[in-house]
Amino acid sequence: MTTAAQTQLPGFHLAATPAAPALTDAEGTVDTAPDLTPGSALRRRRDRTATIVMWSSFALAMVPLAWILLTVTRNGIQLLTASSWWTTSQRNITASDAGGGAVHAIQGTLIQGAVTTAIAVPLGILTAIYLVEYGRGPLARGISFMVDVLSGVPSIVAALFVYAVWVTTFGFQRVGFAVCLALVLLMIPVVVRSTEEMLKLVPNDLREGALALGIPRWVTITRVVLPTALSGIVTGVLLGLARVMGETAPLLILGPYTKSISTNLFSGYMPTLPTMINQDRTELGLATAVERMWATALTLILLVLLLNLCGRLVARKARV
Amino acid sequence: MATKVSMNGVSIYYGGFKAVDGVSMEIQPRTVTAFIGPSGCGKSTVLRSLNRMHEVVRGGRVEGEIQLDGVNLYAPEVDPVAVRRTVGMVFQRPNPFPTMSILDNVVAGLRLNGVKDKATLTARAEASLRAANLWEEVKDRLDKPGAGLSGGQQQRLCIARAIAVEPQVLLMDEPCSALDPISTLAIEDLIAELKREYTIVIVTHNMQQAARCSSFTAFMYLGELIEFAPTNAIFTNPTQKRTSDYITGRFG
Repeated sequence: MTTAAQTQLPGFHLAATPAAPALTDAEGTVDTAPDLTPGSALRRRRDRTATIVMWSSFALAMVPLAWILLTVTRNGIQLLTASSWWTTSQRNITASDAGGGAVHAIQGTLIQGAVTTAIAVPLGILTAIYLVEYGRGPLARGISFMVDVLSGVPSIVAALFVYAVWVTTFGFQRVGFAVCLALVLLMIPVVVRSTEEMLKLVPNDLREGALALGIPRWVTITRVVLPTALSGIVTGVLLGLARVMGETAPLLILGPYTKSISTNLFSGYMPTLPTMINQDRTELGLATAVERMWATALTLILLVLLLNLCGRLVARKARV
Repeated sequence: MATKVSMNGVSIYYGGFKAVDGVSMEIQPRTVTAFIGPSGCGKSTVLRSLNRMHEVVRGGRVEGEIQLDGVNLYAPEVDPVAVRRTVGMVFQRPNPFPTMSILDNVVAGLRLNGVKDKATLTARAEASLRAANLWEEVKDRLDKPGAGLSGGQQQRLCIARAIAVEPQVLLMDEPCSALDPISTLAIEDLIAELKREYTIVIVTHNMQQAARCSSFTAFMYLGELIEFAPTNAIFTNPTQKRTSDYITGRFG
């Protein structure tokens, strides 16, 4: 055995190259060229059908979206062009009056969105980090299940839950902060799930590469894993924010509308864009109210769009 | 700098599965030791046990004793993070951090461990990149993303990153298997230079590579260390039948 090894090594001599096999089968007949055509006409038809079905599904799905955007823009753009829309509130303006602005509602929506995000994002991201990077066993499974349950909770139920705790149990007033708490309940599962997906996409090679450099696990997560997943996480946060900014049920139950500017989260009612729309909806007989309603809806859409664009910009900057 | 690694009755488990059975060997300082053997024989597992990366895998467990200059790596008071700073590792697939520039990649191990002084970091980065034979190719684009380099350059970047933390032992897990022959040659030349300062352990599927760059070779099969000897002896005069069968291509 060792002699064989000695003659073979070092150098690993190649075996003689075998002659190219002739194109003949066992009987010695020459193979004909392979037929590559059968079924291809049928397949081409199927391919075309599938393409058409997919494109028409896409077009169909776009119809309501385009319709809403067009209608809201056409009906609402008029008021948005007036500078007073962006600078004044609806104070002392009745439903039948024209004019006034939405600045009170924009402020309310932005403040509540910001506070909700400030509470929900750390909780959501930390939960997702636990589930992906550390979580094992029954605790992680339990948390994961609870997040699933939470993401299925209707917004009205979240609102009533906060009402039961905040107003009924503790006897506090209905204020902006109570709205934020209900919105936090709705935003957390969105943030957890999207962050989880993004963290799972980070290749394990990177974690191992960092750990092998003697970088502690938590530094690996904060400085290598999170930055790699950042743009996806920001997108998830924005999706969650877009969802809660358009929520109405918690606002109706916990934060009724008022026409004046009110930026205090802990005292008095806080106006928001969805409740402003709801207010004008009660006066559908009045052209002024209807026009204001469309304009408010357009403002809300623009606000969400703007936040999305900002977030994407931030994520792109942070990536480099 | 260079350090002797000794293993004594090392068995390595994945949960209930025993992947490596009772390996005992001594790895000499400032040498290149190669592990060869068919896929799944446990050679990468042994390598990962030398810097306590094996336990990162769920259910991973090591029995027996692994000593670094007489210090047991698996003693309860030993911090695995400190072990990994002393025993560096280069992986099969180049894995530069995608969010970091070339410079940041090289000094990642220092910066993320708290070194802030800019002058120290840039000096160390240049020294490591020079040691990894990459400096001339990247010196004008240190601020560009590390992921923009070619595969072979990325792997040398990862080697630079590993030696920037000044380890005493460098583990390489099939460092050339994803590279073309020219990049492979560059890495092998680099290994030959690095062995003057570091104790190097390399896992390879390529027996010519083991023959070219190592002083000692260990042949593993089905989780056991079959033979461990000077590379010359292994390839010209193996004492075990399974070793000669494997290196002559009769199985594996």
